Amino acid sequence: MNRSLKIFLASFLLVVTGLVSGYAQETGPQMDDLMHRNGKIYVVVAVLVVIFIGIVLFLVGMERRVSKLEKQNNATMVNP
Amino acid sequence: MKQHWWKILCVLLLFYTVIGGMLMPVPALDILHETIRNIYFHVSMWMAMMVLFIVSLVNAIRYLAHPTVRRYDLVSNEAANVGLLFGTLGLVTGSIWAKNTWGEYWSNDPKELCALVGWLIYVAYVVLRNSIPDWDRRAKVSAVYNIFAFVLLVPFLIVIPRLTDSLHPGNGGNPGFNVYDTDNDIRKVLYTAWGGWTLLGVWMLQLRIRIRQLELKQLLHE
Repeated sequence: MNRSLKIFLASFLLVVTGLVSGYAQETGPQMDDLMHRNGKIYVVVAVLVVIFIGIVLFLVGMERRVSKLEKQNNATMVNP
Repeated sequence: MKQHWWKILCVLLLFYTVIGGMLMPVPALDILHETIRNIYFHVSMWMAMMVLFIVSLVNAIRYLAHPTVRRYDLVSNEAANVGLLFGTLGLVTGSIWAKNTWGEYWSNDPKELCALVGWLIYVAYVVLRNSIPDWDRRAKVSAVYNIFAFVLLVPFLIVIPRLTDSLHPGNGGNPGFNVYDTDNDIRKVLYTAWGGWTLLGVWMLQLRIRIRQLELKQLLHE
């Protein structure tokens, strides 16, 4: 629990800082592209973040299942 | 918790890469425009692949030096498998990027062909490994092949493309990633991207090793 809470807190912090730096960029010189001008790059970022959160949750879940199996395995090794 | 710190670091680095890679400023370049952001993802695949193949090579050599330690063979095998996944992703992402930059998904460019040959060398590793039923012989033959595979991979990926003209940056006599790498805006995300994706590869590798060890233990106890 502790671990996933930390991961979530850290990721939200990163989202916030990422957005702030994104807005700060708009005051500088602009590149001649559509995505940044109408701000729709954030849609892509949201999709990427969701996909990445999904992958991380999957890996953390797998991590837990493997650790659980390893613990069970060690227990049976000690008391056969 | 203590031994998991690098997994948390991996997630943090990759969140920074995904968000910063999309939103942080990049240099304005001809043709490439915003697709230069692919450098944080496409190039990272190859970096992660190289690290995993080096892990595979080191463990192949360790296995040949200590043939009784099964773990070396297991690590070497799984590192090659996960490395191959990253190599596949590198080829596919490169092809997509090429379509939008060079006009074709596949242009038979020296860099593309060399990367394909390098990828095929490691596909052959998997095929060779699965074709030998005897455990000891399989471990030994694949460890020896692994060394040859890596020795071939380095000239194919790094040397030959530099000796010829290529569409791909960093080739045709230019060292490294030339102009892109020296740009400070790109550097802010590029190195964390390499670190993050490589750590993700190592995490996947560790999970596969642990599952394989559980399978082995089960086999021994049955």
